[in-house]
Amino acid sequence: MEDKTKEHLEQLSEIRDMMKESTQFLSLSGMSGVFAGILALVGAALVWTDFFEMVSPGYFDDISARNGLLNWKMVIKVGYLLVVGCGVLAASLLVGFILTAQKAKKHGRKLFDSAAKKLLLNLFIPLFMGGLFCVALVLNGYVGAVAPATLLFYGMALYNAGKYTYRDIRYLGVCEMVLGVIAMLFMGRGLYFWAFGFGVLHIVYGLTMYIKYDRS
Amino acid sequence: MKGFDKLNKAFDSRVRLGVMSILVVNDWVKYGDLKERLSLTDGNLASHIASLEKLSYLEVRKEFVGKRPQTSYKISKTGKRAFEQHLNGLEELLKGKQ
Repeated sequence: MEDKTKEHLEQLSEIRDMMKESTQFLSLSGMSGVFAGILALVGAALVWTDFFEMVSPGYFDDISARNGLLNWKMVIKVGYLLVVGCGVLAASLLVGFILTAQKAKKHGRKLFDSAAKKLLLNLFIPLFMGGLFCVALVLNGYVGAVAPATLLFYGMALYNAGKYTYRDIRYLGVCEMVLGVIAMLFMGRGLYFWAFGFGVLHIVYGLTMYIKYDRS
Repeated sequence: MKGFDKLNKAFDSRVRLGVMSILVVNDWVKYGDLKERLSLTDGNLASHIASLEKLSYLEVRKEFVGKRPQTSYKISKTGKRAFEQHLNGLEELLKGKQ
């Protein structure tokens, strides 16, 4: 009878593993979060002076968006911010991809399995829409709302994608959303919130995940 | 023994149990994905799927992607009920032990 019990327990754990592995992408690397956080802090440092110059009162007053003329000062400054932001994003994605691919290989899992596809789709749909929304904000001159909006949409994307990977990522999503809302109450201080949300929170999350799932 | 009568002979095989576990949490899974997930060869999986199909535990969909035929599977209502009952049986058996 002892054998039977063991067999039943094994069956149950096998069922549970199959259910979990076929719906969740478990190769997401914790360290990639840490790197993304560090890169975000570097990015924030690069734009620190320009950012606070920009949000100082009257900085863009010489040319208003109302007369329809291109505000070159604004275009260049915002452009620089965008380039740094995109650079941070691209570098983070690249590092994340490499580390995740390594983890998948180590565990003998396929990188682009059905769970990975669902994860990416559910992450990028809200994220992409958020990106478009931010472009619209900039075009209308609401530059100050960009940082809160990116945090809010990123949080929503993470929360949504949480169905398809470690559930813990939802906590990060919630934190980013809350931070986004708070940031909206302190417009013009966006960079602090941005550095905290994309930098500090990523590092904390990444380390937690590394300790919980990757180390061993 | 309580719960023993609920165990389903069809799920004695690890492969069939694996197929059902995957399908119970996923809609329409491709044959190739099942094969890969369970690390099986073609012939092996096909025979197990055929027997689950015979019990009407699965719904089958065949379609063409380009020129290649592709078969996908979904758990049927009967299959879901059978699988849940099997799980309940396992649970009761293990509870009886404690």
